[in-house]
Amino acid sequence: MKLELQGVSKRVGAESYLYPLELTLTTGLNVLLGPTLAGKTSLMRLIAGLDKPTTGRVVLNGQDVTGVRVQKRSVAFVYQQFINYPSLSVFDNIASPLRVRGGLSRAQIAERVQRAATMMRIDPFLGRLPAELSGGQQQRTAIARALVKEADVLLMDEPLVNLDYKLREELRLEMRSIFSSRDAIVVYATTEPYEALLLGGTVSVLDKGQVLQSGSTLEVYHHPDSQRVGEVFSDPPINLLGATVEGSQLRLESGVTFPLPRHMQALGPGPYRLGLRAGHAGLSPAHGEVAVPATVELAEISGSETFLHLGIAGVPGVGQGAPTHVVAQLGGVHPFSVGQDVTLHLNPKRLFAFDPGGRLRAAPERGVAAPA
Amino acid sequence: MSKTIPRATVRSAPRTQVPRGLGRRLFVVVYFMLLLLPIYWMINMSLKPNREILGGLTFYPHELTFDNYRTIFTDPTWYMGYVNSLIYVGMNTVMSLLIALPAAYAFSRFHFLGANHLFFWLLTNRMAPAAVFLLPFFQLYQNIGLYDTHLAVALAHLLFNVPLAVWILEGFMSGVPREIDETAAVDGYSFPRFFLTIFLPLIRSGIGVTAFFCFMFSWVELLLARTLTSVAAKPIAATMTRTVSASGMDWGLLAAAGVLTIIPGALVIYFVRNHIAKGFALGRV
Repeated sequence: MKLELQGVSKRVGAESYLYPLELTLTTGLNVLLGPTLAGKTSLMRLIAGLDKPTTGRVVLNGQDVTGVRVQKRSVAFVYQQFINYPSLSVFDNIASPLRVRGGLSRAQIAERVQRAATMMRIDPFLGRLPAELSGGQQQRTAIARALVKEADVLLMDEPLVNLDYKLREELRLEMRSIFSSRDAIVVYATTEPYEALLLGGTVSVLDKGQVLQSGSTLEVYHHPDSQRVGEVFSDPPINLLGATVEGSQLRLESGVTFPLPRHMQALGPGPYRLGLRAGHAGLSPAHGEVAVPATVELAEISGSETFLHLGIAGVPGVGQGAPTHVVAQLGGVHPFSVGQDVTLHLNPKRLFAFDPGGRLRAAPERGVAAPA
Repeated sequence: MSKTIPRATVRSAPRTQVPRGLGRRLFVVVYFMLLLLPIYWMINMSLKPNREILGGLTFYPHELTFDNYRTIFTDPTWYMGYVNSLIYVGMNTVMSLLIALPAAYAFSRFHFLGANHLFFWLLTNRMAPAAVFLLPFFQLYQNIGLYDTHLAVALAHLLFNVPLAVWILEGFMSGVPREIDETAAVDGYSFPRFFLTIFLPLIRSGIGVTAFFCFMFSWVELLLARTLTSVAAKPIAATMTRTVSASGMDWGLLAAAGVLTIIPGALVIYFVRNHIAKGFALGRV
């Protein structure tokens, strides 16, 4: 199955929610990744037929469905909020799309509802009302209702955001196995790069109403074709360091100089911005041979990890001279005091290089040994 | 939507202590006595013959009689007053709801040019006293042959009840997330089917409260109802003025009619008692 968006855009008043975009979604899991206000929801509403595109066409399996009413489309939609019919039992909620469509016997409906409910593990609660369920179970009900319809296009708009951490982890893993086995175009919107990576499939990175890059999730992760994709598809956002290529040397704004790594050999002389993921920056020499003096600005401890916010002083005259802000993601919990001087180690082989226009010029080779 | 609280939670929650001490109890008793005194006095009067009412002060009926009630239930001029009132009140309530439900849905879900102004303008209809509309209604209904019909009163009361109903229902409807409408559309529900089978059950209590307010207003309104009818659709409130006659006032009968007038309102209140506060806040709680 194939869903094509051809020159689709959405404007409300003077504001552009989506700029004209081309996008092809296929059977399997398609992740829409982007920060809030990127246009993910607008795009999904257009696909569902809840809104009409200002321009462009929506083509499903070669058939133009742009003007088709939402009732007539083969779509299912799961909202970020837990939306169920409060006055209907869980069973009736899940059964409702089947009943409306008709053509199924009572027993067939019961059987399909049972199957979907078992898959979402809410079968013990079929007799209850949605208000008598926990948040996670309510969302499972909504997902079961979407699954039971067996629509060609299954749209999920940040379905896990309003769940607590543990439930989210659990449901995410289940969804991955459920979606990978379905013969449907599953569109899944999320703001979290981690979620996109975990779900796999293909990803389209959205930002400010534009599709920045589409491709297989790993491909996009390893080759963000612009600085912005790197920032969106990385949590914390990818660190950016100003640098200049001088012959076979790379010179950081802080004055540190080191030889060009192999994947950057082709770069011509001039200014670049280097991208470095937080997980690839560390404080021990094992993280890389390049040592950069830095100052601790903030240490965030989240469970088993420490996010260390560092300032790297720029050498006056090079770049802006303002300190560059870098986040390093360290395993374990480490005590740091603000203002403490540390040495940041980074591996040149892990650096992305973007030109001043933000386009990717060099990406790390795949298969470089991960830091210890 | 009210959330059902599991029983166990209610039981374990600390109970609000009933005020103890003689002073507090006395206060509450006196307070309620003052509140209920006029109603008690009316019931009291309705069970006495006129002789006793006019004879002197008695705190309870010494000569207990149900003659006053018997008169009302056997004399057509009396009981038809109730029937007439109930007919036009019922018509008005149903019509108000039928008109207000789609209107409130539109105000709650769609943005259209002048929506806010129109919404406020609706309420201004309630700001004018009924007397203002008396003459035009009377003249108009006489000319088109609506005078002295139940429909005449029901239509006239719409002027006040529809705006109120729209306001109350809009509040309740806006409490239902728009996503439910959309989910129903995605599930394949046609709009009428969604509206009747999914949406209306969700605002059940709102509809009940709205019906109550329409009923109440129409039931107690006297001026329009009396002016627009003469015989065939004469409301009970107008009938009650009949007790003034050459032989003086029939106090007992009047009191009995008054008691019977309270009952429908009390019944309706009983059914919507849990939602009235929200209704007074026009559904915006």
